[in-house]
Amino acid sequence: MKKIINDPKRVVDESVAGFGLAHADIVRVELDPVYVVRADAPIAGKVGIVSGGGSGHEPLHAGYVGFGMLDAAVPGAVFTSPTPDPILAATRAVDGGAGVLHIVKNYTGDVLNFETAAELAAMEDITVRAVVTDDDVAVKDSLYTAGRRGVAGTVLVEKIAGAAAERGDSLDEVAAVAERVNANARSMGLALTACIVPHAGEPSFDLGEDEIEIGIGIHGEPGRERVGLEPADRLVDRLLEPILGDLPFSDGDRVLLFVNGMGGTPQIELYLAYRRAAESLGERGIEVSRSLVGNFITALEMQGMSITLLRLDDEMIELWDAPVQTAALRWGR
Amino acid sequence: MGLDITWAVDWVRRSAEVVAEHRVELIRLDRDIGDGDHGENLDRGFEAVIPKLDDLAAGSTPGDVLKMVAMTLISTVGGAAGPLYGTAYLKAAAAAGSDASLDGPAVARVLEAARDGIVARGKAEVGDKTMIDAWSPAVEAAAAAAEAGADATAVLAAAASAAASGAEATEPLVARKGRASYLGERSVGHRDPGAQSSALLLQAAADAASESTGA
Repeated sequence: MKKIINDPKRVVDESVAGFGLAHADIVRVELDPVYVVRADAPIAGKVGIVSGGGSGHEPLHAGYVGFGMLDAAVPGAVFTSPTPDPILAATRAVDGGAGVLHIVKNYTGDVLNFETAAELAAMEDITVRAVVTDDDVAVKDSLYTAGRRGVAGTVLVEKIAGAAAERGDSLDEVAAVAERVNANARSMGLALTACIVPHAGEPSFDLGEDEIEIGIGIHGEPGRERVGLEPADRLVDRLLEPILGDLPFSDGDRVLLFVNGMGGTPQIELYLAYRRAAESLGERGIEVSRSLVGNFITALEMQGMSITLLRLDDEMIELWDAPVQTAALRWGR
Repeated sequence: MGLDITWAVDWVRRSAEVVAEHRVELIRLDRDIGDGDHGENLDRGFEAVIPKLDDLAAGSTPGDVLKMVAMTLISTVGGAAGPLYGTAYLKAAAAAGSDASLDGPAVARVLEAARDGIVARGKAEVGDKTMIDAWSPAVEAAAAAAEAGADATAVLAAAASAAASGAEATEPLVARKGRASYLGERSVGHRDPGAQSSALLLQAAADAASESTGA
């Protein structure tokens, strides 16, 4: 294992401290317990938005703290949900009297820890609502699984809900738009390599030189099936087809097309994949109205990508275009 | 002979030791069907518990120790294991109450309360390939032993043995809860890491009991 680290146990603390120093104009970092909060929080009368989860997905979530997006992010250990204490502390720190929305990716650990924190916040008379994201079509949603995972669609939920909160929507309204984005977003990913969790010291799964894993999540966990490496266009089709069939997306829909890198894939490949996805959608009469390409929700140094489609309506477009000023997303301001 | 504060403290120390000793094994099990953090998280939690043993007030009961463990695990472990084990120890503490010493039936009740707490928080059933597959046979074996008049040490021994078998029996199961459920059939052939850590912790409880009663 070769990584730019000091001590595997100090990776998150030291990285978060660096993040705070680099973006002191936007955020404030608390180290005991660890959370990242907007420099101007709490904002009186504005709904506070808190997200969080295991570290290793950077820039998610701390990179999205700032004007027009999250009020706080709570990073856990690598690929491990944060505990209730920092979630509660972050919730208190962003409560401006209008209530707090928790955006939680659907993993058992995240849901249980955020639920516990919300119960504790309720005891302090802070109104908390939670929206659980579950946009990953690779996982069967049935009684026999923990339900679909929250993956790249979470970034879109955070941007659009953040814009709604910034313009002064109520907690119920912000939660409703967040639910609507999640309900209209579908994602699927693939990996060319596994990733190495610093304290584990070895790859999270073993892939042959010519093998890829289809349907991976964002924690280096294995996916749906293992196949041989194929040309990019075929890989894009493998991701797009289940996504399109699931919502389903159809002729005349306007979408946001999001091609996300898993951390170890260069942009040149992501744009190459985007080309195929955009052409394929065009052939089906689906209009790509907005786009996002880059490493926005990652699995450490994993090579791979995910594709997300979000079916847009006018309000979502307006909120997507609204100004945002965070470390990782910044426009219009 | 009942189990008192000495047993409870020794159980905690042995738990920390056994988790540290099996840290890598638990990471490997979790890596196979989950995300590879179980051993690390539990180790961090029990490492945080140990110094707090020194802060226990004079006259503390087994229930006080269990409650301290619960609060520490909830705030240090994270993942799913933190709230699940935290709830287990919290319910166990409530069942132990303020009794200075736990006899066979009391130990069986404490284990049952712990299991019920995990079920309430995680909504898993027997056969879902989770820690419940170690806990439920353990609770049943403990109840049967207590019913038959076994003392606290023998009740824990029965529970530990059933938990170990239960953990082993998760290997052929298809996971239906937690992160392993995403793998479906591919989870078959792997032991559930939560069931394995549960079996280790119950064995530590039984070992501490046989030490304290000289059995």
